[in-house]
Amino acid sequence: MTDESALAATPVLAGRYTDASITDKIADIVLVRPAHWGWVAGAFVSGALAILFLVAVSWLFIDGVGIWGVDQPVAWAFAITNFVWWVGIGHAGTFISAFLLLLRQRWRTSVNRFAEAMTIFAVAMAGLMPILHLGRPWFFYWLIPYPDIMNVWPQWRSPLIWDIFAIGTYIIVSLLFWYMGLIADLATLRDAAKKRWQRVVYGLLALGWRGDARHWARFDSAYLLMAGLATPLVISVHSVVSLDFAIGNTPGWHSTIFPPYFVAGALFSGFAMAITLAVPMRRVFHLEAFITERHLDNMAKLMLVCCFIVTYSYLVEIFMAYYSADPFAIAMVENRMGGPYAGVYWAVVLCNVVVPQSLWWAGVRARPVALFAIAIVVNIGMWLERFMIIVTSLNRDFLPSAWHIYVPTFWDFATLLGSIGLFVLLFLGFLRVLPAISIAEMRKLARDVGAER
Amino acid sequence: MSGDRRYGVLAEFASPEALVAAVVRVRREFRDVEAFTPYSVDGLADALGVTRTGVPAITLAGGIVGGAGAYFLQWYTAVIDYPINSGGRPLHSWPSFIPATFELAVLGAALAAFFGFLFLCRLPRLRHPLFDVDGFDLASRSRFFLCVRATDPAYDAERATLLLADSGAVRVLPAGVS
Repeated sequence: MTDESALAATPVLAGRYTDASITDKIADIVLVRPAHWGWVAGAFVSGALAILFLVAVSWLFIDGVGIWGVDQPVAWAFAITNFVWWVGIGHAGTFISAFLLLLRQRWRTSVNRFAEAMTIFAVAMAGLMPILHLGRPWFFYWLIPYPDIMNVWPQWRSPLIWDIFAIGTYIIVSLLFWYMGLIADLATLRDAAKKRWQRVVYGLLALGWRGDARHWARFDSAYLLMAGLATPLVISVHSVVSLDFAIGNTPGWHSTIFPPYFVAGALFSGFAMAITLAVPMRRVFHLEAFITERHLDNMAKLMLVCCFIVTYSYLVEIFMAYYSADPFAIAMVENRMGGPYAGVYWAVVLCNVVVPQSLWWAGVRARPVALFAIAIVVNIGMWLERFMIIVTSLNRDFLPSAWHIYVPTFWDFATLLGSIGLFVLLFLGFLRVLPAISIAEMRKLARDVGAER
Repeated sequence: MSGDRRYGVLAEFASPEALVAAVVRVRREFRDVEAFTPYSVDGLADALGVTRTGVPAITLAGGIVGGAGAYFLQWYTAVIDYPINSGGRPLHSWPSFIPATFELAVLGAALAAFFGFLFLCRLPRLRHPLFDVDGFDLASRSRFFLCVRATDPAYDAERATLLLADSGAVRVLPAGVS
């Protein structure tokens, strides 16, 4: 709160709203307003891609992982790249909703709900990927400890086991946190709905919430505690994901910088995805007064911060390879920068290091279209970064006789694009059935902002 | 005003400030008072005399159960039930047990916070006498309500109605038990 004039110029809430007008503006998107052509077009395209995903997964289950380009030693390629990318995207949603709540950042109010939805759908996509890449996906539940007739227990020293606990906990806690924040708004929809089926469905989901002040006190207490739990959780989840790599002795993976490097990369791509979703959403649903340029500006600044941590990590990786004087580590770095996948490496540098530097200029951050374009570039860059980490480390193993060039097939791309389509379709569905902005919290924000004027 | 007032007397207010002021005033005569708001109003819980929510203790218990359970499960399976010598590492290799312990501690605490919150609120409860009061649906929209419960030992419907009307209520309504 150092620069009060700048704050006044771009407020967290543009215009004057009452409790009733805020309720109508947000609830009408769900209850009253007909679908905008932009929404219909988006649903059509993403629906087509979701069908492609269904086809790709069906064919995978019929024919096996051989339909992808994976082969020894590159056994992890698109599926795990997608997995890490999707989990990372989810993290910014948790960061916005939980971490900014703890810091009492008011700009969080109008972006937390859709960011949490983004988290849930992204983690759902992420959770599918490791299961799909199992040769026998129907045995995925063997990772879960349960007393089975084979008398076998999971190997607790394996980071892949830590992974299922981290991802499983993350999706459950994200869902609970999201649903808890929704309860009061579901009650609003229940009371505002005209159609009987809407009253019944929202009424059941609202659990009979009636806004009792004692319930609100317990809600605030529980919600804050959940935020306090979700904040270290989000850091632990991507740290565990990075340990999937760092615990192995493969050059390019076996590095202590991986946990912070991955967490920063996750937030980087997550903020990029939040901007990618927010820019069209606020335009199509006319939410510019609630999601203002201030929100986009803040997210862009956070993206720039993450960009620097990621850049530092890239540099440390190179430095550590030469400082260690380990010939395998040096060979890996030189393979990355000048080997068969050098194009990927330099594309990563361009997308994740060079292009985000334009965010230094306030004029760029103030232009939603420019921000959208940069966010797309960062999304691509972060996907390529995970591809670079996985494939360039694996394709030239310790033994030159095992070296192999991985080339993705049509089905690799179909799975990636299809998962993006399914994610967007789920998100578009969310926009039409649940309030995309927390109504209860916006009422409070409008009171506070109104009182200060 | 008459009607079924066996649940209590309900009053509607236009602003959170008016509600909090009325709560302070009404609570000098009646102890069993409920308030309903469309969002969490600062200071209202204090005015109602809520000092502890009970949620943190339940959350802590959930976290301890989750974490201790996870560690015990790993220790029991790796040391007692299914010991595997993996490269000469100790069976009780506790650093490897930390990630799952942490994750399940968080999971236990989060589940306890959520379900503890619901339990303490006695939710879900889809039917409630107040839902039958005409206009109570505004409690989830723009209005602030205060209810003097009939269970109050000093309950007097006429007195409560007068007091609420005098405390700045927009209107005062009977709340029955249908």
